[in-house]
Amino acid sequence: MDLGPHAAFIWASYAAVAVVLAGLVAWLVFDGWRQGQALADLEAQGVTRRSTSKDAGT
Amino acid sequence: MQTLAQRLANPTRFMELSGALLPWVSATAAVLIAYAMYLAFFVAPPDYQQGETVKIMFIHVPSAWLATMGYGLIAASSFGLLVFRHPLADVSAKAAAPIGAVFTLLALITGSLWGKPMWGTYWVWDARLTSVLILFFLYLGLIALRSSIEDEALAGKLTAVLGLVGVAILPVVKFSVDWWNTLHQGASVLRLGGSTIHPDLLVPLLVSALGFTVLFIALHLKAMRNEILRRRVKALTLAAVARSHGASVTAAAE
Repeated sequence: MDLGPHAAFIWASYAAVAVVLAGLVAWLVFDGWRQGQALADLEAQGVTRRSTSKDAGT
Repeated sequence: MQTLAQRLANPTRFMELSGALLPWVSATAAVLIAYAMYLAFFVAPPDYQQGETVKIMFIHVPSAWLATMGYGLIAASSFGLLVFRHPLADVSAKAAAPIGAVFTLLALITGSLWGKPMWGTYWVWDARLTSVLILFFLYLGLIALRSSIEDEALAGKLTAVLGLVGVAILPVVKFSVDWWNTLHQGASVLRLGGSTIHPDLLVPLLVSALGFTVLFIALHLKAMRNEILRRRVKALTLAAVARSHGASVTAAAE
């Protein structure tokens, strides 16, 4: 694929978008996993919400 | 009879709905963006003036639109918190800030990389670029303000006020190219009289914009879910501390 004399600027733009968005997705997934783990640890210790029985799995 | 908004106001109901929706929304975003990239690199012709650098438009313009849309979402959520005290409004505003900041940063980076070959410079202090930079700083200000206040409710209210005040930047961003003489080009898609872009370039751009918008929705749903979990963890941790403190007080009394 020939993107002409300014190919470096085009590839750099797409690379920046890919890297930054991949980082954002990774951060959100990791944060969700971390919060889920913390919640599971607390519930394993017997600390539960009043409504836990109604919305198990959230 | 509850309205849809009232039913969604329940965080537990939101977790159920968003948990079911998130995989489908994410998959839709991935398919749309993949199709947009195919159109961008294998179908869209080079522009008669800008050549192949017009390909940067397919990621720059959606990023710029989402930068302003993200702030609009924060402003609407802030209004929902301050006026209606919607339980999820603060969660929505907090979750949208880093995502909006990321898309604003991407609009600045890709715009700069497009500007160098087209304008001969990475940056110029014209009204459009400067107002988007201010928008980026506003996002950072919202994030910094919230993280500097430990009381979650107070932090939510103060950032909501800043969020609403800061919404004044949105018309400045949008109309800066009309109000001032800027190096940045004027509106060419969302304008009175219709788009000035040829359909061969407009269609890939709109597909890309739709794909990135759906991605923004997926990211926002995920960030809101994380925030609800974080608040549950915080509440349970406080409950556990209170319980252990109560137990130690009881033991001391005995």
